[in-house]
Formats: sequence, C-alpha cells, structure tokens
Amino acid sequence: MRDQVQKILEMADDELILGWRNSEWTGIAPLLEEDVAFSSIAQNEIGHARALYELAGRELGVTADELAFDRQPEEYRCSRLVELRLVPDWAATIARHYLYEQADAERIDALKQSDDLKLAGLAAKIDREEAYHRMHAQMWFDRLGDEPRLAAALEELRPLVDARGEHTPEFLELWEEMTSVRRSLAGATW
Amino acid sequence: MVTEQQVWNALAEIPDPEIPVISLVDLGVIKSVDVSGDQVRVEFTPTFLGCPALEVMRDAMAERISALGATPEIQVISDDAWSTDRITSKGRERLRASGFAPPAPREVGGPKLVQLQSNAFRCPYCGSQDTALENIFGPTPCRSVRYCRSCRQPFEQFKTI
Repeated sequence: MRDQVQKILEMADDELILGWRNSEWTGIAPLLEEDVAFSSIAQNEIGHARALYELAGRELGVTADELAFDRQPEEYRCSRLVELRLVPDWAATIARHYLYEQADAERIDALKQSDDLKLAGLAAKIDREEAYHRMHAQMWFDRLGDEPRLAAALEELRPLVDARGEHTPEFLELWEEMTSVRRSLAGATW
Repeated sequence: MVTEQQVWNALAEIPDPEIPVISLVDLGVIKSVDVSGDQVRVEFTPTFLGCPALEVMRDAMAERISALGATPEIQVISDDAWSTDRITSKGRERLRASGFAPPAPREVGGPKLVQLQSNAFRCPYCGSQDTALENIFGPTPCRSVRYCRSCRQPFEQFKTI
C-alpha cells in the first residue's frame, strides 16, 4: 500500500486541481448546459480527490484537508495539464477534458486491479462516476470534430498529460488562492 | 435496549436532503445495521463521492440513533457497493410520482452515450418514450436532464451508476 500512496496522491492532486479549474466555468460557460455540466464535473472531481486523500491520509497519519491544503507547492504531484488556467478558451478546455479523461480511465483501470481492496473498491466507485465525464468529453470531441482550434489545442496539451514535478506559474497562483484561508487561521477546519 | 428493527424504522424516516420524497432506506444507501448493546454501527454507502449532502445524511442518522438512546457509529464505505440498482421499488415509484424518472437498470460495462441518446427513457409525467437527452449533468451529480417531446416538458432523469 505504502508505495501506492504516491500514486494515489498524484491522482488526488490531479482531481483537486482540475476540479478547481473546471469550476472556473461556473457562471460563464458558453452554454447554460455547460455551466451546469462543468460545475457538476468539478464537484465530482473534488469529491474523488477527498476520498483519495482520506485513503492516503490513513496511511500517512494525516487528514484529507491537511493533504489538500497544508502542503507546500512543490509537494503537489499534479500534472501541468490540469494546472493551466484555460478560461475563456473553450476549445482548449474541451481538449484538456478529453485528454484527461482518456488518461484517467487507464489509471483507474489499473487501480481497480489493486490487491488493496479499499483502493480497488474506491477506484471502481470513481469509475462509475467518471463514465459520465468520459461520455461528456466524447460528445464534445465529436461535436467539435475537425475544428482547427481543437486540433491545435490537442497537439499543444498532449505532452502535458503526465508532465509532473515542475509546476507552472499558474499553479503557484492557484495554490496561493486555494490555501489562503487555511494559512490565515492555523488549524481551521470547515 | 434498542433493536435492529427499531433502528431501520428510524432511518426509514430520514428523507434524502436533496430529494425529500425518498428516504435513505429506500435510496439503498444503508448497507448494514449492527446493534451491540447500546452501540449501533451503520455502514453507509454514499451515492456520489462529491455529493454535498453526505454530511447532512450522516449527521441525521447519528441524531436519530441517539434519539433512540443508543450510541451511533456511522461508517462511510467508499467502495462501489452502492448502485442505483439498490433503490427499492417503493423508492423508484416515489421518484417517478414526483417527476424524477427513476434510473435504468445497470448493465454490464456501465452506461453508454448511445443509450442515453436513445429513446429508451420514459417521461415521468406522461409516460411517453419520445424523450431526448438535454444534458448529461443536472442540478445534482446524480441527475441528468431530459426533454419530453410528447408533453413538451423537461424532466430530471436519475443517472444509472
């Protein structure tokens, strides 16, 4: 289990930061339906992050909130793909959504085979919810078809899917904002 | 001393915080009740992991059990034990009567886009199958939005998970 903790944190960080980025469409998406969709997807991703942090936290002896908000920027393991602030670029947002869901599906499939039953069970639970994210991504991928802006964004973002270790400047801004409340009041919980 | 049946009865009175027409028991989210002396242990399986109502449900269960004079322990089980197939037939009927189309049965391999875009879903108001997918996502993670072409009414469809 312990060697898997880093993998779990990688996924949890991806889901938390992508959830944050997706929520930036709340209220301003190009269609009302997409306002609802991206807000709902964001909510699911953050729920997945919380469940994964809880699982990792039990191994590490810390809480989910401590893992989510009390680490230093360099300790986060999210990919550069999820860090980027893409609002108001809808084509790039769909490209990221599509690339992420594809990669995430592979990762979830691997975790479902884990010998650790708690981890395998959680992965199966997450997979049931992600099925709807994948359908949504596929629908938009088909809808935009050969739109050149989508093709360009896919090409640009594809190398970032698993690019980890070095953060983008945008991540540091997000971290400042995301952790500001916790940092302002030591030990605060909500 | 409290009995297991008393606990189930008490839990059956707790409405879902977001869809109050259905109880937590009919929603199928209570996996087990275990009574040992004055300790009551409940295994609770969340619907969606990001559901904001989870804490409300957990606290409501603890409160009802305490009111029976027992000490509650609510254990949240984050595996795939819960599926919409666990919603009872009474629960499904109550959903339908309130304008929420109940979930389709779960199939091997999970839901497919082609299925959601088909007309296999029935309008809870007029019963027509001439309905279209408007949005995979809805007001809460557990619901999609569909439109009935027959009675020209949008409605919420419980997602199959």
